[in-house]
Amino acid sequence: MYQVGNLVKELSEKHGHARESLMPILQAIVLKHNYLTDEAMVEVARELDISAAEVYGTASFYTFLDTQVKGKYVIRVCKTITCSMKGKGDIIHTLEDMLKIKVGETTPDKQFSLIETNCIGWCHKAPAILINDLPYTELTPEKVTEIIKDYMQK
Amino acid sequence: MENKGLNKVGLIFEKIDNHEVLAKGFKMTREEIIQEMLDSGLKGRGGAGFPTGMKWKFTAAEKNPDKYIVCNADEGEPGTFKDREILDRVSNKVHGGMAIAGKAIGAKKGIVYLRGEYRYLLPKLMIELDAFHKMIKEIGYDFKIEYRMGSGAYICGEESALFESIEGKRGEPRNKPPYPTVSGVFGKPTSINNVETLVTAMMIIQHGAKNFIQYGTKDSRGSKVFSVSGDTPSPGIFELELGMTVQQFVNEFGDGDTKAVQVGGASGFCVPRKKFAETIIGFEGVPTGGSMKLFNSSRSMYNVLHNYLEFFTEESCGQCTPCRVGCQQLLKGVEKVKKGEAKSTYLNELMKLADTMKIAAKCGLGQSVGNAFKSIVGNFKEEIIY
Amino acid sequence: MINLLINDQKVSVLEGTTVLAAAKKLKINIPTLCNHDDLCVAGNCRVCIVEQKGARTLIASCATPAAEGMEIHTNTLKVRNARKHIVELLLSEHRSDCTKCYKNQNCELQKLANDFAFGDHVFLDLVEDKKYNIDRSSPSFIKDDSKCIRCQRCVRTCSELQSIAAIAVANKGAHQKISSFHDRPMSQVVCSNCGQCVNRCPTGALVEKTAIDQVWDAIYDPDKHVVVQTAPAVRVALGEDLGYDPGERVTGKMVNALRQLGFNSVLDTDFSADLTIMEEGTELLVRLKKALVDGDKQISLPMFTSCSPGWIKFIEHKYPEYLPNLSTCKSPQQMFGALAKTYYASKRNIDPSKIVSVSIMPCIAKKFEADRPEMRASGYKDVDFVLTTRELAVMIKQAGIDFRNIEEAKYDSIMGDSTGAAVIFGATGGVMEAALRTAYEIVTGREVPFGNLNITPVRGMDGVKEASIKIEGCVDAWKFLEGAELKVAIAHGLANANKLMKMVKDGKATYHFIEIMGCPGGCIGGGGQPIPTSLAIRQKRMKAIYSEDEHMTLRKSHENPEVIAIYKEFLDQPNSHKSHELLHTHYVERENY
Repeated sequence: MYQVGNLVKELSEKHGHARESLMPILQAIVLKHNYLTDEAMVEVARELDISAAEVYGTASFYTFLDTQVKGKYVIRVCKTITCSMKGKGDIIHTLEDMLKIKVGETTPDKQFSLIETNCIGWCHKAPAILINDLPYTELTPEKVTEIIKDYMQK
Repeated sequence: MENKGLNKVGLIFEKIDNHEVLAKGFKMTREEIIQEMLDSGLKGRGGAGFPTGMKWKFTAAEKNPDKYIVCNADEGEPGTFKDREILDRVSNKVHGGMAIAGKAIGAKKGIVYLRGEYRYLLPKLMIELDAFHKMIKEIGYDFKIEYRMGSGAYICGEESALFESIEGKRGEPRNKPPYPTVSGVFGKPTSINNVETLVTAMMIIQHGAKNFIQYGTKDSRGSKVFSVSGDTPSPGIFELELGMTVQQFVNEFGDGDTKAVQVGGASGFCVPRKKFAETIIGFEGVPTGGSMKLFNSSRSMYNVLHNYLEFFTEESCGQCTPCRVGCQQLLKGVEKVKKGEAKSTYLNELMKLADTMKIAAKCGLGQSVGNAFKSIVGNFKEEIIY
Repeated sequence: MINLLINDQKVSVLEGTTVLAAAKKLKINIPTLCNHDDLCVAGNCRVCIVEQKGARTLIASCATPAAEGMEIHTNTLKVRNARKHIVELLLSEHRSDCTKCYKNQNCELQKLANDFAFGDHVFLDLVEDKKYNIDRSSPSFIKDDSKCIRCQRCVRTCSELQSIAAIAVANKGAHQKISSFHDRPMSQVVCSNCGQCVNRCPTGALVEKTAIDQVWDAIYDPDKHVVVQTAPAVRVALGEDLGYDPGERVTGKMVNALRQLGFNSVLDTDFSADLTIMEEGTELLVRLKKALVDGDKQISLPMFTSCSPGWIKFIEHKYPEYLPNLSTCKSPQQMFGALAKTYYASKRNIDPSKIVSVSIMPCIAKKFEADRPEMRASGYKDVDFVLTTRELAVMIKQAGIDFRNIEEAKYDSIMGDSTGAAVIFGATGGVMEAALRTAYEIVTGREVPFGNLNITPVRGMDGVKEASIKIEGCVDAWKFLEGAELKVAIAHGLANANKLMKMVKDGKATYHFIEIMGCPGGCIGGGGQPIPTSLAIRQKRMKAIYSEDEHMTLRKSHENPEVIAIYKEFLDQPNSHKSHELLHTHYVERENY
């Protein structure tokens, strides 16, 4: 759990206090902390003068606006048809073995979260994953192992 | 039926002098730009295929001086990745197309709604946007574009859901009418166009409608960027003239063992081998936003269908009954049939449900779930049952 | 005008009229579910689909404006098949344990199922896979997600009518649900317990937490003396659940029925409503004196009424900085409760520990209010059980009482006397009117200067009403108010309350006294009143309230003989030490989520 501090105040100064600022503000919090805490959502609700339930309701609509604890690196494995046909399963197994967590879980040191996601637009280079914002494509178990090793050393 | 065969084209990604094309466009009157679009027969490249000229004409006719041009870059249809490629390679033409559209409809503001999955493109796009703003300022034209990000919701590609998302809400499609041309983002008249449509509009300004209509067929003018994936030796992005048959497409991209092509993504149609020759890719046959997925005989069409239905069950916004519950019923229904827990005739009931979803769902997503379902079950029934 | 054809019949309607409303004009019924007259259009259940000639798809008649030349068919085979599918789809997500359901026979989904989806269902039952949550945390209501059909009426009610949005739509696709902030229990969020969502829920997903069985147990316990009080708004609405049209007054029959149910004493909340006026009116005058004459900067004005427990919880969550502005008076229900186990007990010589105090309320927030820890001034729980108007109707039916044909009866004494001023507590503006009738007379020695005591500017359905009265010819004790203009405002429904509070907060309002009722129309539109509700129904109930007032001999609270007596015998005078002990309370700040 992170302390949200002045972040929400700064963001609402930057983006404005209207409802249309909700997405940019939530996105900026997630960009920094990878997920939304209840405290952060309550703070956003206060700044935008909307209800906390509405903030949660909106956040929970969007797959990338997580409201559960997520690690520093969120690995999203595309599960849609082409990636699924081209070896997504092997990638998942490799990641689960390496990180010692199952899909949907976060490592105890809060470094990595592993989740599946719908089509990320790299079907021609399947299988593909996103680590935070960055796409990694044409993966093999060997390739993904190298990538995660790099992240582990970061 | 008109058949143009398979012809590769190089217009979309062609490097152009943006300054020159825009200067030309800005010299045209609003009416002239709209007429050029109408003459070109350009239809929206996002998948739905609404005539672009008409859309601009309707929005231009609105009296409210506060209007928007929105670029739909929420490319979420499984199997589509052309808009990412276009934005990556020729974002100038996208921004330019927005400015031209803005001129046509009388909008000074543009918004690009970019899907969250493509956020990595943003830093580069911001630099290119700055340069673009500088350039049109030099030309002496007043138009401003901003980027809004999605956060992982397929349904936000639906135009009114996209507006809701820009407005900071859940991406739930609105009731129509009113249509976006009357009341779009922030309740203002809005023309919302796909990334590729805007680039194509630039191309039409550059080359003229007369040249544009040399490409394609009567119902499907011009060329189109295809996203080719699946069982193919050459996956990737290809700009092809419209009006080829699926057979001609498979001849070029197939691996010699193609049994089906899913045209238009999860919400599109599955064309089986026996219909390859008779099916034209285009608005007169099977329309597509660009997604072309090939499946060879090693693939189980049950798995394909199951994957699509899982996708829709998750990505339905959930507000309307036919789509929210219908998707779950289709998914659980085929699972039951596959496991032998329901009779194979249960598929007939599900086909009827797909028909209901097609006519009773609130938006284009719910209405198109039935496309894949009916074409896969209709053509590969044995694979679904056994 | 727009001309269109529906089922081959011509109809002309104003621009903006929906196809649904146009059909209604032709006496053609189209079934609906998510649609509600009080709420904005949703168009999400799709039950009201109809066929439009030339259209690719069916259209939702509730959400589609009529257009010139439209040709609509409401009853084609295509429509009927799709509608059957839709109702069956809704049922597949819904736990259909109808015979066990509190809403059995009063459920809009059940009605649709009867009409369109009887017989075997095609679709798979999805309920078991859903892991639905049933939230019983609130003392006022139960939120049972397994009965929810996602029509979002509750969400629209909470945000549009009440401006709270304690619940919102969360997640998407198959996981879409109606959720509080991050799925917290309803007792731990900003919910006011007003029950407006309960009034509009078409199924059993939102229902009051019933106390019927506990009340029966008390009645049949020979060791207990069970007293019942009835709120003003109950008598003008109870009939609706017992076969009467909206707007019929059934006061006498209700009293008789309560006696037949076995209550030992049938008493009236009106008595304590009159008492409230004495306490609250005095409090206002004292505050005005302290602020205007003594120049005491600590005195908070405007003063807000405190009768409505939904409003109280709302302000505790949303505007805690204004808690000092709330009148410290308990609501009439709680004043009654505190006196039942003290004054009444001693007068009737009954051991207060044997008294069970029951109230019949148009409200479900009253259940929460009765449970508040502050509400134990008598040394016991002041009000043991709160029943809604709806629950009383159920008990009357359970007891086999032929309500329509029973005699009218009168309330018992003591604490059964009433005035017209107390009756009008049931409608928005009523507390204000009652307070003005009494306060003006205390200050000037004359009746309020309105014909027949009817202070019409504070009446009616406008969301925010305001009025001012110039005070002239004061008696000696109140000379300092001479020439002052008393400014008042009234709001009903929490969205209007919120509007008014924003004005107060921004310093745009200079009122002395503000009446706020949590529900649209005031208590007549309360969350415990018969279902359905609509503006037309609430207007009829309101009319009945004012007609009840007109029929009373006494119409000013300070003239209530039992009120006069209680001050003489027990309380001494308004705002006395004893009054403060029993009849006044304090409030707590709550979180805003």
